[in-house]
Amino acid sequence: MTINSNKDYSAIVLEAVNKKYRKRLVVNKLVTVGTIVCVIAALVPLASILIEVVKNGISAISFEFLTQPQGSIGSGSGGIAPAIQGTIIVVGLAAAIATPVGVLTGIYLSEFAKEGAFPNTVRFFNDVLTGLPSIVIGIVGYVAIVLTTGSFSVMAGALSLSIIMMPIVVRVTEETLKVVPYSLREAGHSLGLSKAKITLFIVLPAAKDGILTGIVIAISRIAGETAPLIMTILGTSLFFTGFTGPVDALPLRIWRLASQPYESAHAFGWGSALILILMILALSMGLRLLIQKRSYKAVP
Amino acid sequence: MVGLVGFSVTKGSVDIFSKEGINFVIKSDWNAVEGRESYGALPYIVGTLLSAGIAMAIGVPISLAIAIFISEIAPPKIGTALSFLSELLAAVPSIIYGLWALFVFRFWVRDIVEKPLYDAFHGSLPFFAKTPFGLDIFTAGIVLAIMIIPIISSICREVMRVVPYSQREAAYSLGATRWETVRTAVFPYVKSGIVGASMLGLGRAIGETILVTMVIGNVIGPGAIPTSLFSQGQTLASLVANEFNEASSDLQLSALIALGAILLVLTMAINIVARLLVKKKVKIQSGAKSQ
Repeated sequence: MTINSNKDYSAIVLEAVNKKYRKRLVVNKLVTVGTIVCVIAALVPLASILIEVVKNGISAISFEFLTQPQGSIGSGSGGIAPAIQGTIIVVGLAAAIATPVGVLTGIYLSEFAKEGAFPNTVRFFNDVLTGLPSIVIGIVGYVAIVLTTGSFSVMAGALSLSIIMMPIVVRVTEETLKVVPYSLREAGHSLGLSKAKITLFIVLPAAKDGILTGIVIAISRIAGETAPLIMTILGTSLFFTGFTGPVDALPLRIWRLASQPYESAHAFGWGSALILILMILALSMGLRLLIQKRSYKAVP
Repeated sequence: MVGLVGFSVTKGSVDIFSKEGINFVIKSDWNAVEGRESYGALPYIVGTLLSAGIAMAIGVPISLAIAIFISEIAPPKIGTALSFLSELLAAVPSIIYGLWALFVFRFWVRDIVEKPLYDAFHGSLPFFAKTPFGLDIFTAGIVLAIMIIPIISSICREVMRVVPYSQREAAYSLGATRWETVRTAVFPYVKSGIVGASMLGLGRAIGETILVTMVIGNVIGPGAIPTSLFSQGQTLASLVANEFNEASSDLQLSALIALGAILLVLTMAINIVARLLVKKKVKIQSGAKSQ
């Protein structure tokens, strides 16, 4: 009797455990499937964006499209050459301003002043700067340069973009330099080198690739910025006239084209979008090739 | 350093406006006609918060799921491929999201989501009571979500990777399923990191300009306070982008700059809270490692 009921209990317990276990397995399966669905849901827009841009963009691109200024509005003639030229000039100028300042600040933070009130303040403001909306930075460029000089200009655009780019470069430089093994620096110290020489000839070369990658990421980020350009370089349909005059840029042109009611303008917009993506892609591909080539050389 | 310069410049320009009207923040008129000028920012603050709120409601769960999939479930090869793809998605400029949303995605939203919802409730629910158009706060929110998903999910992934493996092994050894492991052994560790990542995403969503300008419908004045999810709206940033070049008077210009200042304060507050949360997380982790 007692033995029998004992058996029953264990069977009941086993069954209950099994039931619970099955439920847990089902929950586990459900969650797994759920995450996969989310991943697919996130990939659909990416695929759609790339397909649409390539599909609609390719038909718009021609030799005339790449080399001519825009024809009269709605006619569908001409091209976006001034915008391509403007993007290269403004972004190049911004990079020329932001790279040295950003890299030097990063070196300062990582090599010369790791702790203390001042570097921490710099770090804090750098972080805050990274999170600022680009349109606010555009307003700063407008107030600081456009209002004081009295005209929309390449310089104002480049300055705004460089403010966006700089905190990214500072961050990446600091993080990359931190990863350089300390023994390398110690080797320099043991040879009696000064701190500046160690930084310049030992630490920097070791971190070169990482810093370069950071700069390219920052450049591709600002190449796609539109909002600050609205209030700084204004945008024209003419070619570059000088650093103090307005100029055009690809993102700005896409925006203006998209808000026109003509089919031909929309086609131009897609074409410009394709060119912009290709430019950004070419930049990062070029960098990857460069780094790969160098690391092959370094191996033997 | 540069930050200080930026702040002082912006602050200097705000002063012009604060003289003109203190109740700038709570008024809802927006009139640039000379002689009857009157500016209020309330509708745009509401629009900003609402569109960003929709983006968060959609974006955070999906990014979390993606991060869990990549770091816990997927085999390493698929994981790296996916993280490469999400980085690609993060590198697409927002203007291209905008273009795509304006010419492709808005029709999807209108036909697949909004029409059925509108027909089903037929104006009985205030949420869905407005003829769907495709250019509205709802669309803006979804596109913002698509834009912030790569950002949030990549940070969540990084945070999850830092969780010591022994934690997971302990849970598995107690017989936990994978989901139970994630819930009991990984989540408690990364909770504040996830909150921080979401806040960073929120900062991006609130400050995003050009994308929102293209799909939100751009109305001004009291009508810009959204009455339903499908009504056209306006955010702080999109209004600045729309009117900056056409500002007819210094007063209007300074009103626009003041909108920028509100935006600045909003995003700065969010960012600082987010940094503090992420930093706290890192401290806990380094404490756990040293044991």
